[in-house]
This record gives sequence, structure tokens and C-alpha cells, in this order.
Amino acid sequence: MADTTETQAAAPTRAEALQALGEAVRMALPNGTVEAIAVERGAELVLRIRRDGLLDTMTLLRDAPHLAFEQLMDLCGTDWPEKPLRFEVVYNLLSLSLNQRIRVVVATDAATPVPSVVPIWPCATWYEREAWDMYGIVFEGQTDLRRLLTDYGFEGHPLRKDFPLTGYVEVRYDEERKQVVYEPVTLTQDFRNFDFLSPWEAMTTLPGDEKVHLNRIEGPKPPADKGTQP
Amino acid sequence: MSGSSAMASEAGPLAAAAEPATRTVEVDSHTINFGPQHPAAHGVLRLILEMKGEVVERADPHIGLLHRGTEKLMEYKTYLQAMPYMDRLDYVSPMCMEHSFVLAVERLLRIEDQIPERARVIRTMFAELTRILNHLLNVTTYALDCGAITPALWGFEQREHLLEFYEAVGGSHYHVNYFRAGGVSRDIPKGLEDRIGNWCRQFPKFLQDLEGLLTENRIFKQRTVDIGVMTAEMAMEWGFSGPCLRASGVPWDLRKAQPYEIYADLDFDIPVGRHGDCYDRYLIRIQEMKQSLRLVEQCLARLKPGPVKILDNKIVPPKRGEMKRSMEALIHHFKLYTEGYHVPDGATYTVTEAPKGEFGVYMVADGTNRPYRCKIRAPGFAHLQAMEVLSKGHMLADAVAIIGSLDIVFGEIDR
Repeated sequence: MADTTETQAAAPTRAEALQALGEAVRMALPNGTVEAIAVERGAELVLRIRRDGLLDTMTLLRDAPHLAFEQLMDLCGTDWPEKPLRFEVVYNLLSLSLNQRIRVVVATDAATPVPSVVPIWPCATWYEREAWDMYGIVFEGQTDLRRLLTDYGFEGHPLRKDFPLTGYVEVRYDEERKQVVYEPVTLTQDFRNFDFLSPWEAMTTLPGDEKVHLNRIEGPKPPADKGTQP
Repeated sequence: MSGSSAMASEAGPLAAAAEPATRTVEVDSHTINFGPQHPAAHGVLRLILEMKGEVVERADPHIGLLHRGTEKLMEYKTYLQAMPYMDRLDYVSPMCMEHSFVLAVERLLRIEDQIPERARVIRTMFAELTRILNHLLNVTTYALDCGAITPALWGFEQREHLLEFYEAVGGSHYHVNYFRAGGVSRDIPKGLEDRIGNWCRQFPKFLQDLEGLLTENRIFKQRTVDIGVMTAEMAMEWGFSGPCLRASGVPWDLRKAQPYEIYADLDFDIPVGRHGDCYDRYLIRIQEMKQSLRLVEQCLARLKPGPVKILDNKIVPPKRGEMKRSMEALIHHFKLYTEGYHVPDGATYTVTEAPKGEFGVYMVADGTNRPYRCKIRAPGFAHLQAMEVLSKGHMLADAVAIIGSLDIVFGEIDR
């Protein structure tokens, strides 16, 4: 974790140390298990792991004395619909004894299960139930894959990018039937979803103004990039 | 919802398909439906308790009754518009929730080391005031669950003073929306430092009175000592953090271990418990309030005049007066409040030591003006999950004490 007091000069060494830690994990695992090692902004170590090597990796990360990630702090899904394996499962681990963090990412799709890490960290159950509920990611070996946050009898996986923000059903209390009823959502006003990426909403290229458009596509470099490298 | 339909829906959607059209529902008299409308459930917890006599055999918390889809909503809002949702997560400690969010955005914007000193001091001070605010509510309502009414009445008076400070800086009593990526939304008003200073002077007396009511109280100790014991190993396995982890004897505090803001320069201690029972969790919170008070006093001493936001008008809005004169400032203002700022590609898992434990924001930015994904890691989520192991073999009344000691707030658990 880069703390705010960290000096600019110390940043490369910190990134190198994290990179070395990532390499150590790669060496300790069968060839090809670790697909990529990245150190984001010189402060956060991210490992991309092959799905079938997940349990070996997690056991190693918890049990090896130089890694010692005793705690699974967070497990969540992310959805990238345009990728062939659209879901990512992200594990954020914390080592209390060595004061270090690591992020492990595996990719999957809606049909392929991800091995459950409950045998390693019992607290994974609710996180995996949440990922199932929100994204429909299936966890192999998870015996309690009930929905967690949505309503009883809910259908669909609301955090998927193709699930509408408004959902499909709404509930109200029906005075005549004396019960809560489910009905399709009716909106009195359309949800306002503006396209901020094109300068004049739908009109992307003005005639004779293609140069501006070219610059637009490439996008301005984030000015803060200079912040990490002095 | 009637009793029988509530029981039927418990089987879940998978079982529903296999069931015939008419069915008999067996109601097990040994299953108790605790909540969701129960004063000791601290919100909308529905706890299915399987009992053997008066002993809890299995506890299955059903959560999500307060699920508002915060994470989904944030994907459709600009970073600035997403801020107020953070207040509404753990609505007992609003500013600490904002804190994780703004630190994550600052990290992705790569402005984390440009935040002016005064803004950092103010944020730290309000984070600590919020910690007191949170612990006051928890300790006193927890005592209420165990049969003591007076602490709640006294504690809420103190909370009211703290909420007045909230109102002074943010204009709102509760959901202040005060922190911003790049600093805080506005400077603290004149005279607030003195008011906080005066409050700090009277607070130790209050804490002493509160402790006089509870710490050696025979009834309170009977209800909490050796109840819901969590060993250090178990606490780590179950993802505990914050006071619940420290009560189990793990000296871990993010403010010391991975310091953010100005915590590295401040002088404070981390109280650590020994037994990991409900009583230790209470003691830790009392001690933490004392430490927070020290921190607030140190912050007050460090408060020097200066800017409270970074100067980059691409991220923070220009001054009102400047907008009257400068066309550029007016454009910046317009762009910020319609389009918002764009955050470069990247992901971060940013944590702060919130009053309840490690409050993390896993934020994925894709270069647009909205978060692509914003996962909120709530400490109470992990704590409540351990309810099953904590309450096993305890009496029904102890389950209430355990819920109280875990500091459960449903805003953050259900999101």
C-alpha cells in the first residue's frame, strides 16, 4: 500500500520488492500457473492465475512462511462482457504477520466453475454466495450456493453489465389482494444515461473537423502520469 | 408475509421447481425466526436459529433486506455523484466510509501525495470524531441489548454534540458528503476548533461515567464475559478486522501498520484484548474512544491555516468568486458538475481503518467519468458471517449479546 507520506524516490524500490515477491510465487508454482504479474502504480501486486491452479496458489500463499497471507479480506466478481472469459474473480489477501497485500485474479465465464477457497478460508462462503448472486459465477465445492443479497426467489444476476439498472420487477402492497405483489417495472420517465465520451453526444465527427476527432479518440494522456515517475 | 410462506421460501429458488403444486409445510417448532423486525437485531437482520431447548444449535443469518444496489448505482454515476452513497453504507460512521472512497479515487488519479496538509488534518480529525460517534452508538446500544438503558440515553447526548460538528462542516446532520477527492468540500467554519476543543475537555468525564455504569457492572459482565469467544486463529480465518480482531489478541491496526493520511506522525496506542469474548470487544471500544480523543486533540494542535483542496481545477471546482470573473473557471465548474472528472485506467484496493474494521474499496476505473466497478468491502459482512460459529452452543439470550458486540450495521453489510 503506498501511503501518502511515501517519498518519490522510494517508489521504485517498493515496486521492485513487490515484483520480486510475485516472481517468488511464480517460481514456487508449476510452470504456467501464474499468467501475469503486475505491480499497479508501484504499490499493489496483482497476480493473474490460471483457474485450475487456483487452490494450489491460494494454499501456497497462505502457508508459505515468506508469503503468509492469513486473511482473505475480499472476494468479488467483475464483469467484462466483451472478453471471451467475461468474469473475473478477484481475491484480495492480507498478511498480518508480514504486513503485505496481494491481489489474485482468475478469469471465468458463466458456465465454468471456479474452485471454491472455502477449505482455505471459511469466510469465503458469503463472498462466493455474493459473487454467485450478483454475477452468476459458479464455485465448485461450495455447498451453500444460495442467493445472499437479493430477494427470495429473485431471478437474474444484477451486477452483470447487461442487467438494466432499473431491474425487471418492482413490488408494491396490493390493498385489494392484501399482499405484496410483483409487477414489471414501469418508468414514468426514462433513465437519463448521458454519453459523456463523445463531445456532442451523438455527433462524434463534425464535417471538416476530423482532426479534433482523431485527437479525441487517442485521448489526452492522463496528466497525473508524471506523478509516479519524477 | 405470513409465517408459512416465509418458511416455504427458505428452501430457495432451486428447490421451488421440484415441488408439487400442493404441499404440506412442516414447521419445526425448534426453529426460531429472529427478526427482521427485532430491536436487538440492529437493523434488518433475519436470523434463523435452530434451537435445542434454549441452546442455539445453528444460526443462519439471512441478509440483504436492506440491499439497495449501491455498487450497481455507482457504476451509473460520476465519481462525485457516487460520493453520497458512501455515507449511506455504514450510516453510523459516514465520514469513514467517504474516507476509503476518496483515498481510492485519489490513488487512481495519482494525486494522493498532493493533498494539502490542512485537508489531511481535517480528514483525520473527522475520521477520529466519527470513530467516537460509532463506538458511542455501539457500546450504548449493546448495553441496551443486555438490559442497561442509561448508557444509551447518555451516549446519545454526546453523539448529538458530535453531529453538530458534522452539521457545522457539511451542512447536514448526518449524511454530510464532506470529503472530496483532492481534499474536503469546504473549510471548517470559524470557531469550530474551539468548540471541538471544549467538547474534548468534557468527554473524558463522560467516558468515566459510562465506564462506571458498565465496566464493572455485575449484570453486564454476566451477560458478556466468556460469551462468543473468538480465538486469534479463528478471527483471522473468518476475516475479522478492527476492534473484533484486536479483542482476540491480534495487535493489528491499519492506522499503524499501513498508515494513511497523517497517522504516521501522530502518537496513539492500539488497545489489544486477550480473550476475544464479548466483554473484550466492549473494552476495546472504550479504550479506542480514549485513543481517538488523543488523536483529535493532536489534530487540533496541527491545524494550520492553508488550502483545503488541491489547486487543480480539472478535479476540484474553482472558487465562487473566481467564477464571477474568469470564463475558464466557469467552464471548469460547468464541466465538473455535468461531466465530472475522468479517472485513468487502473484498479485499486484501498483500505482504511473504519470504526468497525477494515473498510475497503476495490475500484476499477476505465478512463471514463464513472467507476467501472466499485466493490465495497464491509467489515461487518465478515463479522456477521461468523455469527454461526460464535453463537453455536450458547443460549438464545447470548446471541443478542454477540450481535451487539460485533457492531453490526446493515447499511454496509447489505450495501
